[in-house]
Amino acid sequence: MLMMSMEKIDDLFALIAEKQALYIPADNKDGAAEYTRWSEGVRYSSALNTLRSAKDFFFPQTENLVDFKMNGKNIEIIDTRKEAEDFVIFGVRACDAKSFTILDNVYLSEPVDTYYKTRREHGTVVTMACTKPAETCFCGTFGIDATQPGGDVECASDGKNIFFEAKTEKGKAFVESISSLLSEGDTSEVEKVKENTKEILAKLPLANLTTDAFGGDKLKEYFDSDKWAGLSESCLGCGTCTFVCPTCQCYDIKEFDTGHGIKRYRCWDSCMYSDFTKMAHGNPRLTQLERFRQRFMHKLVYYPANYDGEFSCVGCGRCLSKCPISMNIVKVMKALEVK
Amino acid sequence: MQVNENKDFEPVIVAFCCNWCSYAGADLSGTNRLNYPANVKIIRVPCSCRVNPMFILRAFQKGADGVILCGCHPGDCHYTSGNYYARRRMTLLFSMLDFLGIERDRTRVEWVSAAEGAKFAATMNEFVESVKKLGKNRRLEDLRCRKQ
Amino acid sequence: MQKAIIEKAKLLLADGTVNRVIGWKKGDFAYDSTPAVFNSAEELDKDFVYDDFTAANVSKYLIKESQKEGRVLVFLKPCDTYSFNQLIKEHRINRDNVYIVGIECGGKLDIEKIKAKGISGIQSITNNDGTLTIETLYGTESVSADDAMAERCLTCKSKKHVVYDELMGEDGDVLDSNRFDQVAELENMTAEERYEFWRSQLSKCIRCNACRNVCPACSCENCVFDNPNSGIANKAPADSFEENMFHIIRAFHVAGRCTDCGECSRVCPQNIPLHLLNRKFIKDINELYGEYQAGADTESRAPLTNYTQNDCEPSVVHERGVE
Repeated sequence: MLMMSMEKIDDLFALIAEKQALYIPADNKDGAAEYTRWSEGVRYSSALNTLRSAKDFFFPQTENLVDFKMNGKNIEIIDTRKEAEDFVIFGVRACDAKSFTILDNVYLSEPVDTYYKTRREHGTVVTMACTKPAETCFCGTFGIDATQPGGDVECASDGKNIFFEAKTEKGKAFVESISSLLSEGDTSEVEKVKENTKEILAKLPLANLTTDAFGGDKLKEYFDSDKWAGLSESCLGCGTCTFVCPTCQCYDIKEFDTGHGIKRYRCWDSCMYSDFTKMAHGNPRLTQLERFRQRFMHKLVYYPANYDGEFSCVGCGRCLSKCPISMNIVKVMKALEVK
Repeated sequence: MQVNENKDFEPVIVAFCCNWCSYAGADLSGTNRLNYPANVKIIRVPCSCRVNPMFILRAFQKGADGVILCGCHPGDCHYTSGNYYARRRMTLLFSMLDFLGIERDRTRVEWVSAAEGAKFAATMNEFVESVKKLGKNRRLEDLRCRKQ
Repeated sequence: MQKAIIEKAKLLLADGTVNRVIGWKKGDFAYDSTPAVFNSAEELDKDFVYDDFTAANVSKYLIKESQKEGRVLVFLKPCDTYSFNQLIKEHRINRDNVYIVGIECGGKLDIEKIKAKGISGIQSITNNDGTLTIETLYGTESVSADDAMAERCLTCKSKKHVVYDELMGEDGDVLDSNRFDQVAELENMTAEERYEFWRSQLSKCIRCNACRNVCPACSCENCVFDNPNSGIANKAPADSFEENMFHIIRAFHVAGRCTDCGECSRVCPQNIPLHLLNRKFIKDINELYGEYQAGADTESRAPLTNYTQNDCEPSVVHERGVE
């Protein structure tokens, strides 16, 4: 398999950045990893995952859709889209890579979201196999193999070398473009690392969590469950879980009066918010119980019902570590589960 | 402190004026034919205490380079104590803006009575000058509102 | 401690003093307890937990809980009692429906600090007199509890319970903390530096509203930031101005009411030191209008609903700190 010495990683970044914008996980001042645009001196972080997920690249938190300007009695409509630039996201983990498929299901099916589609077309996803999963990881629950992260190009490292395997046409072109740094190498070491990682994955505290009890046909079992009251009573109604989630895809469209025109933009929305899907008649979900239920029913029942049994969670564990009161999808699944 | 890159820069100043004193003071400076710059946009409020910290921030958002609040002299409030509350509120707000690194000279409180037309004009002249020196408000600006 | 608390709760349930208990429920890991209501002795035995990581301030839940039928038992740490008292002062809690047992607190640990040391795959954490033994999938680690102490607990303001029906253990004292040091440090920077500092912090905000929603002082039925009629409602920081505005207003709305419990910074997923904004207000209030501790009593007037004729003028800002 094609490989490169880890020592040459900065050369690799320089080579990629010559042609395209490159984003890599880098430690910020607080020591947390975040996708950062590469430039000389930005160091690749060995952290397991980034604070915010990689969905921002394709589905940013806020996005200007269109502008309006009034000229006398005429309304001028201004397309604010700029020429999209090609970019590479390097070091995406298996969970985040899978989340793109989940977003694709929603945004690339009719009616296609052209804003999302453009960015998807311009982005190349280079993944990195995990070697040190955390206790909060449960990607295995959703059939994800952390040692085979997918994406356009799949990478794995044994600590000394990085191995590259193109998975798509885009990936092949990418590997071709960096071929001057690559050489053929022996994969036995990296295979050993992968085996070792698999052993750890099997020992994770959430390794036995399964989705068997959930799916698109489980609406009746869970919608009226008496467990929701207890589970949701401590929920603060903040949007932390939603905003750190790589698969949450709801947005709201808003308008902003700039004083000399109108900006129409969309921004992430959270089903935990009191004004989520608020309409002229009011709010369809009046209590936190209903809002809380919406989030988990969407991930575990509604989404699978719409997309061939696929769940809208990738087990990245961000909500597990970030929820202010430590209520999360794992606790919900365990509590609800009807055997 | 920012250096003004443009010598012709004309700042936008929002002045919140209490109906019972400084608003009449502004009127008096007009009838006395005293000049104060056209940069000052007056917003009449029923009392200085009506001014919520949000008003100040929103003025900056919508393009103000400086915001001044004028009310009755302490002790003279039409509603007895409104300006005392406003005084505490604005002190804390200005201190917070300063804490966030926003230039101190962009905000001000001045007590101007209905009889002080001259003071009103002088205050405004002085305030406009000091904001002019600072240049455009960049630190507390909403880029979406910037005129292209 | 946990055992004694559970016993106390069972006793009060059994003698009918209360009909339910609010506390912390065991999670899947060593550190992820969730605030919860317990209705029976069995539930308490099964899931009630009180340890180094039960940091959540449960006083805000009492706004809702105290409106329900019957009395609820709550265990409050010293800093939680300040929040509770402040809510009493604001008539948000029905005091008759709450039975408070004050519990000692030696400071809570911050799991993020442990993880920041590169410790991952945590299976268990045991605290032996200040030394944490952490069993992980990758081996055993040892960390001093002081190194893992939550930021807010390092500058603990008080070990005293300001309101309770019953105390477990001894009551502590108001401490001479150095909690304003960081604020003073910032004040002594230049405006430029302060601006850069806050831009780098507030630009991280994802507007999840966790700081607002967890705050015991933020108890409005409908927040201005959620009210479409307010003109400033938004669900995302669409511009740097909105990041600044949200945090200035959030802190301002609780100025004079914030007890400095530090929940805002604890819950921030982006690790923004939000408590510094609140502390700036507290420090200013103390210096300009006299020492005031929100929640210390239920009678005094709050600094922003009070005045004296000799208050300083807003121009005082020009005389303080560094420009």
